[in-house]
Amino acid sequence: MAAGFKTVEPLEYYRRFLKENCRPDGRELGEFRTTTVNIGSIGTADGSSLVKLGNTTVICGIKAEFGAPPTDAPDKGYVVPNVDLSPLCSWRFRSGPPGEEAQVASQFIADVIENSQVIQKEDLCISPGKLAWVLYCDLICLNHDGNILDACTFALLAAFKNVQLPEVTINEETALAEVNLKKKSYLNVRTHPVATSFAVFDDTLLIVDPTEEEENLATGTLTVVMDEEGKLCCLHKPGGSGLTAAKLQDCMSRAVTRHKEVKKLMDEVFKSMKPK
Amino acid sequence: MEGATQTETKIRAESGIESGPRGPGCSLRHFACEQNLLSRPDGSASFLQGDTSVLAGVYGPAEVKVSKEIFNKATLEVTLRPKIGLPGVAEKSRERLIRNTCEAVVLGALHPRTSITVVLQVVSDAGSLLACCLNAACMALVDAGVPMRALFCGVTCALDSDGNLLLDPTAKQEKEARAVLTFALDSVERKLLMSTTKGLYSDAELQQCLAAAQAASQHVFRFYRESLQRRYSKS
Repeated sequence: MAAGFKTVEPLEYYRRFLKENCRPDGRELGEFRTTTVNIGSIGTADGSSLVKLGNTTVICGIKAEFGAPPTDAPDKGYVVPNVDLSPLCSWRFRSGPPGEEAQVASQFIADVIENSQVIQKEDLCISPGKLAWVLYCDLICLNHDGNILDACTFALLAAFKNVQLPEVTINEETALAEVNLKKKSYLNVRTHPVATSFAVFDDTLLIVDPTEEEENLATGTLTVVMDEEGKLCCLHKPGGSGLTAAKLQDCMSRAVTRHKEVKKLMDEVFKSMKPK
Repeated sequence: MEGATQTETKIRAESGIESGPRGPGCSLRHFACEQNLLSRPDGSASFLQGDTSVLAGVYGPAEVKVSKEIFNKATLEVTLRPKIGLPGVAEKSRERLIRNTCEAVVLGALHPRTSITVVLQVVSDAGSLLACCLNAACMALVDAGVPMRALFCGVTCALDSDGNLLLDPTAKQEKEARAVLTFALDSVERKLLMSTTKGLYSDAELQQCLAAAQAASQHVFRFYRESLQRRYSKS
């Protein structure tokens, strides 16, 4: 009977749960789904990670290639993120050129990388004006069950910490680059931006980590990206119902606690990795 | 005869003084708005903020493709065309922001299974582009007579390296700023409809910028009201 009610009146069904301050899957309003992270699983990539937020699964692979630095910034390399939402992850996507959601997600990740200065582009430069690293970050969603932005940000951060770049020396006589695959070093990850997403229900209620059903029923979404000093890298609220400054404040405090949770998880994972 | 109506206003209190972190003054650039300047779209508006200018056209409520139709409300589409080049991923992201903002205020339930299309063309970009796009979209929707529950406006704040707050920054100020925050606020309760930010800033600075934007939005809404009053009182 509950299943019938849910199909016919999904919003009312949800409201019944929200009145009791919980959600159909048993979570509280401020509770995240179980987060699992796995790093270094893709052997062919220079750095990789797999993040699962409940059922939402995002895999990130980073490949490093050579490129010429941009002419207006000869001492910087490139970081090129790309979010791929394939038909595999949800019935809503068709194969072909990236749809709107994928483009918006790619732009969001690019903004987070740029704003948070997670990697200094100067670190990617090998020889100013001639050679620099280009990091292609491919984020592929394997299962879309809501909150794709949080999963992508976490996957990207974990993959960055996993990337090992070989040492490159420029041979003076031939002016060619010599790559020493035996000597690899980790990237210098300066900050740890962590994203926390909220869905706004009925203009007043804020729930954290929405599933896909909740995202469809919500009247608005909000994503806050915070780093460890409590500085905000991104406040992404693409329209939707209005929020007062007080509600925003609540979101900030939740984002701070989430940052601690994620940082703890990442530290555990990296400590447990056997040194190569 | 309903010709093009033009209204201009200079809103410059405390001219030239950049506001400190404690007391934000309202130093928005000169803005102007022209409505009903295009004959084919159902509604059109051109909004100027300083040297930034955006032209908006609205078609709707009109026929919608069956694949895109929603059974109980209108489908909103936004197209943003940059001044030079082809639209890219950044434009798609902005279109999503503007579309979701419009969806929150437009009473789509009054026109189910129809489409309302907003087309924005950037004429010149001298800073605060997204805010100007939002203002132009709002004025064009009003000109088209699309039912809305509130008006909305866009305000941009820039934070420089000393923590000073600048409203409605020029392109040069945006480049030198440590953080640029763009907000869309509604006219009824000044609630935050949309926000997008660039750069690093703290929570307290966010609240300051939001308060400053809410104060500045009053001036923008007063301008909307005056320009519409002037337009409808003539005819």
